[in-house]
Amino acid sequence: MWRYIRRRLMLAVLTFWAVSTIVWGLLYLTGDPVAVLLAGTPAGQTDVEQLRHELGFDQPLPIQYVHFLGGAVHGDLGKSLRSGEPALQLVSRRVGFTVQLAILAMSLALLVSLPVGIVSATLRGSLTDRTLMLLTMVGQSMPIFWVGLLMIAVFAVELRWFPAGGAGGIKYLILPAATLALYPMARIARLVRSSLVDVLNQDYILAARARGLREALVVGKHALKNAALPVVTIVALQFGYMLGGAVITETIFGWPGIGLFTVTAIHERDFPVVQAAVVLASGMFIVLNFLVDLLYGWLDPRIRFS
Amino acid sequence: MREPPLLQVEDLRVEFPTPKGSVRAADGVSFRVWPGEIVGLVGESGCGKSVTTLALLRLVRLPGRISSGRILFKGSDVLMLPEPEMRLLRGGEMAMIFQNPMTALDPVFTVGDQIAEVFQAHPNLRTGDVRTAAAAILERVRIPNAKAQVNAYPHQFSGGMAQRVMIGMGVAGRPSLLIADEPTTALDVSVQAQILDLLRAIRTELHTAIIFITHDLAITAQLCDRIVVMYAGQVVESSSTRDLFHAPRHPYTRGLLDSMPRLGQKRARFAQIPGQPPDLGALPVGCRFAPRCPRAEARCRAEEPMLTPSGDAREVRCHFPLEAP
Amino acid sequence: MTGPIASSQSPISVRELTGRRLARFRSGDVLVLIAFLMLAAIVICALIPATLAPYPPNQQEITLRLLPPGWMSRGDSAHLLGTDQLGRDLLSRVIHGARISLIVGLSALAISGIIGVAIGLLAGYYRGWLDDWIMRLADVQLAIPYVLLAIAIIAVIGPSNVNVVLVLTVNGWVVYARLARGQALSLREREFIQAYRALGARDWRIVLQHILPNLLSAVIVVASLELAGIITLESSLSFLGLGIQPPTVSWGYMLADGRTYLLGGAWWVVTFPGLAITATILSINVLADWLRDVLDPRLKI
Repeated sequence: MWRYIRRRLMLAVLTFWAVSTIVWGLLYLTGDPVAVLLAGTPAGQTDVEQLRHELGFDQPLPIQYVHFLGGAVHGDLGKSLRSGEPALQLVSRRVGFTVQLAILAMSLALLVSLPVGIVSATLRGSLTDRTLMLLTMVGQSMPIFWVGLLMIAVFAVELRWFPAGGAGGIKYLILPAATLALYPMARIARLVRSSLVDVLNQDYILAARARGLREALVVGKHALKNAALPVVTIVALQFGYMLGGAVITETIFGWPGIGLFTVTAIHERDFPVVQAAVVLASGMFIVLNFLVDLLYGWLDPRIRFS
Repeated sequence: MREPPLLQVEDLRVEFPTPKGSVRAADGVSFRVWPGEIVGLVGESGCGKSVTTLALLRLVRLPGRISSGRILFKGSDVLMLPEPEMRLLRGGEMAMIFQNPMTALDPVFTVGDQIAEVFQAHPNLRTGDVRTAAAAILERVRIPNAKAQVNAYPHQFSGGMAQRVMIGMGVAGRPSLLIADEPTTALDVSVQAQILDLLRAIRTELHTAIIFITHDLAITAQLCDRIVVMYAGQVVESSSTRDLFHAPRHPYTRGLLDSMPRLGQKRARFAQIPGQPPDLGALPVGCRFAPRCPRAEARCRAEEPMLTPSGDAREVRCHFPLEAP
Repeated sequence: MTGPIASSQSPISVRELTGRRLARFRSGDVLVLIAFLMLAAIVICALIPATLAPYPPNQQEITLRLLPPGWMSRGDSAHLLGTDQLGRDLLSRVIHGARISLIVGLSALAISGIIGVAIGLLAGYYRGWLDDWIMRLADVQLAIPYVLLAIAIIAVIGPSNVNVVLVLTVNGWVVYARLARGQALSLREREFIQAYRALGARDWRIVLQHILPNLLSAVIVVASLELAGIITLESSLSFLGLGIQPPTVSWGYMLADGRTYLLGGAWWVVTFPGLAITATILSINVLADWLRDVLDPRLKI
């Protein structure tokens, strides 16, 4: 098990390094990073050269990379072109909002999807099952921005139960969380169902029944634990995507998390901020995956003892 | 056979709905098992042997269902039992072990945990700490270092050891009847012998009757007192092992015996039974084996033979059974 | 794995995949039929929008701005789904929007599929450092939440219709690569492949003639499942203003555009394009599921 953990940890660190490098490299995609930074603004040739020198883009590429790495290790990912503040700090201030949103959304999603998936699996083939699966199919097909706008139209404009945007108390969080929760809710419900159905077809379930166990025990103990394994992976993945900015949701509801901040930064061409946001979000995602690897190792004895 | 039979299966029918109509995986299966005897249930894949035994425990997989028949176990009809009593029967008086221990044991729980479940589900068996009892079971099936292995997971055992664990689970409830569904098929030949030994020991020590399902007639010669041969959902012959091997009466049995490779055999090719078992959804009129039978006559193709007694504790389903040599 | 019961059952003849299954209709198939018709309608809109749409999509009529749908009290039956803030007919815009979504979606699907499969085959067949690096690249890319990666790339290369396809391709190649690699890995050890190599057959021939065909049905299933995600991502990008650019009519952009008027009560500007996207994605999802059942339910994708 310890070998497993060590390997996973090393992998996580390496991946993070590689991600940072790729994000750093993004600016060079079109060849001239300064052109990208200044796109759309009128700038004379001298201004361009001055900026190039100021930001160190006139140095040889490897030197630039070393500078970047050096700074990154100390938490310096450049400064915002708009405000001059350190980009990473700016972004980290918003992380808390996104995390709140993600946690509430995932809790909501699990609250609904787990029972729905279990019920569907145990009532497999029935009208209830088919109806629930149809609903989840629809839920998975609705684009998140439309869902958000519909939520606003119904709950904010028509019914006036919740505000249409902004931040404040918990009531500002409800609609965005519900919006963000819909897709994972549908996806996880379907996955729980299919995972459970697969498991219920296994020999060890038949063997458990043959031992005289009550059905509730067969499903509740044996089936659920085995079915949990793939579900855990997907739940973590979806949570990671939520942490990755919940970009659309935050944009629609004006929720001040890193997603909205990144989009704003893009429109203002504030690249260091964009880069810092991507690095931070990826970092959180990588940490999350590492924790899930640990959890998986603990849940599945085949990994724990091998 | 003076005592009453432990198990009496009468005219059991198990049906599965299919788009083409209802299919009978078991069609009028009848046989008996006496206390302490080892009965081999033999037949090709699809003949209905597994379905029949699952029916004994009322564990036929949906959408299949038991449509008619009686299963008398110790005098009472299993099919009439309320579910809670049925659960006490399962794993208790009547237990089942499966072909592949690697898939029949839950990979995420320890073997001790799973054996303990038998005790937890059958309160009458509980004598103190379930973990100790589980370790005792492992010892009984000769798993080395049983006290430590109680906390081991299934994947940590070899195939043969895992099968012992499963047998242990099966006998934990001190069953009068143990159903073994091809327990040696997934194992190496050397390990097979050990498992057969274990089963014999169980029969001797616990006076447990065993139904041993297999498609391999050769194994039954080593283990079984009697053999029941099934074909296309029906019993076609049942007799003592000795009589079956010396003088089979049903042409299908003869075919099975002929296709067994034997030591000293000079033939270069193995005899085969030509053709395939029939599609249970499209059964021929008359005897189901007739299309492949070298002795088939007009009557066979028109009229289905009944299972009839034929000599000393033998039954055969054939219009023209083979004569004794 | 099915238990011991399955082998002794076989109550019906072995299920033949394509042919028979297509011919047998069950209740679930009604939904498939509906999905197929819905998708067909959308494709027709994409093919002949000018014929179907009552008005040119960009024709503005300020006097008729923000008209509710035709069946409502203040609505005008000449504009069945109402008009947007510039008086443009919504029905016509929705019809026209189909084309770009399908073109972008299918292009991205095809390109990412071809590139992904090619990369995967190379990695799986040749193994060694090529395989290692490709797989590491895939893992690293997957460590970046895909929406952020997409918008970051667009931020650098600028939003344009072509760039959207590019970003969608970058987003999509990994799943095909993994699939192709898996197939190449498992087949390359098989005896018939080794026999061909011993006979001196060229590598590319082996890959194309023997490995690729085995892959095809899996790729088709995966591709159909991916298409919905591609269209979702494209419309999300368009919604953020980072995808399809005006004056090309795109559903995503229509939603972004009409957002402000939602608060004023003009719900139709946002609802109908959203409904169109949902209908497209839903019908693709249903058909993809059906396709998977038909081609190989054991694929477990």
